Amino acid sequence: MTDSHQIRVQIPFHLQTLAHCDKEVGLQVQGRVSVLSIVRALEKRYPMLAGTIIDHHSGKRQPKVRFYADGEDVSLQALDSALPEVIRLGEQPLMIIGAISGG
Amino acid sequence: MTQVRVLVGTRKGAFILHSDSTRKRWEVDGPHFAGWEVYHMKGSPVDPDRLYASQTSDWFGQIIQRSSDGGKTWEQPGTPKGEPVTDEQGMPKGESNKFVYDTSEETGKPLTTHQWYDGSAHPWEFKRVWHLEPALDDPDTVYAGVEDAALFRSSDGAKTWQEMPGLRGHGSGKDWAPGAGGMCLHTILLDPTDKQRIYVAISAAGAFRSDDAGETWRPINNGLVSDYIPDPTAEIGHCVHRIDMHPANPNVLYMQKHWDVMRSENGGESWTEVSGDLPSDFGFPIAVHAHEPETIYVIPITSDSLHYPPEGKLRVYRSRGGGNDWEALSKGLPQKDCYVNVLRDAMCVDSLESCGIYFGTTGGQVYCSADSGDNWQAIVRDLPPVLSVEVQTID
Repeated sequence: MTDSHQIRVQIPFHLQTLAHCDKEVGLQVQGRVSVLSIVRALEKRYPMLAGTIIDHHSGKRQPKVRFYADGEDVSLQALDSALPEVIRLGEQPLMIIGAISGG
Repeated sequence: MTQVRVLVGTRKGAFILHSDSTRKRWEVDGPHFAGWEVYHMKGSPVDPDRLYASQTSDWFGQIIQRSSDGGKTWEQPGTPKGEPVTDEQGMPKGESNKFVYDTSEETGKPLTTHQWYDGSAHPWEFKRVWHLEPALDDPDTVYAGVEDAALFRSSDGAKTWQEMPGLRGHGSGKDWAPGAGGMCLHTILLDPTDKQRIYVAISAAGAFRSDDAGETWRPINNGLVSDYIPDPTAEIGHCVHRIDMHPANPNVLYMQKHWDVMRSENGGESWTEVSGDLPSDFGFPIAVHAHEPETIYVIPITSDSLHYPPEGKLRVYRSRGGGNDWEALSKGLPQKDCYVNVLRDAMCVDSLESCGIYFGTTGGQVYCSADSGDNWQAIVRDLPPVLSVEVQTID
């Protein structure tokens, strides 16, 4: 039997407007809770986000997008690395943010 | 009653400007896709209510939008309302945003790298769609010019895209290099008298022509001279900024190159400089009058280092003889302290009897002349920097 986890994820403003959703979204994730599994669950709920966080072509994180979990920047970890328990238990959201640019 | 609809792409969204044929009073609708860069929007010549838009972001990649009601509502063609949003494996479709280079063994093999700024080999990486060109005879067929330079085509209303690999694969692709704005395919011209003939232009590779509907291609840069490249008369490497034609005379092409305004009378087989008495022959857009195939328009910019009008005066220049002799058109345009630029896709003409000329600036103004350029007015003054302007004349 595959574990099912009710997790939370926060997405940046421009993706909220694209998906017509709130900043924070609750999702059901099966199996290992990782950036990859959360993004895939997010894309399944909001197909218009496909490719905006993990690039269609490279399968890698969009260069100016970053991921934060439990106060740590996990952007450079493998996308399928297990996330901290507070994310898995839904106590804190995975934060997906666009890197700040400009002055 | 005839209406005009101006489609404006900006750094922070899309705007649609409406007027009747007098072109005196305007309504501004937008922003659509607020906060996103909209590189280009264009309507189908067959069905004017079918619009395509390139919505793009350095953060979140490429989105293609489509409207079937003249821009009132939009949808991503890969995820239309009422259709399953996932494939059989449960994964999101999102095909309309996928521009995947042809890497097949047969045609993809020679397409592995192009030149980087320093001359080193660099892999092709998709960045964005610069230009969307709907087909002349089918609202569901549309071409996309992309960065890194390639030509894509959709025949299902932009739902799915296929590269036309003959362009990158014809032989010179490995020597193409990016211009300052990136290595973009920005111009797509479809010959209305010959369905087999397509022209494209790439910065900084040059102009190319296909005579078999995009299957095979060859460079058409004979006569171009670019002193900023190692061999000024090389077959490729020229920074072409824009090409235009008149549909009644499609063998005559007009080009605004990085420097130099050029003319070809033989479908690009050879080019002759027609910069004549322009105050500067650097610029980005070029346009042809709707009813006078020899009347052309450019907007001179000071230099490649100074991207603003000479003397701080915004002037459109018109030639009624296909180049060489130019007249400045300035009535209604700022003639003091003006330091905006006009980008390559940001000038166009309508097809009303008194031809309207339109252009948008990096300062956020969109100007219109309802009398072939003699008098100008600002339709709107404070938009985000304008990337593209297209106009539709709707009966």
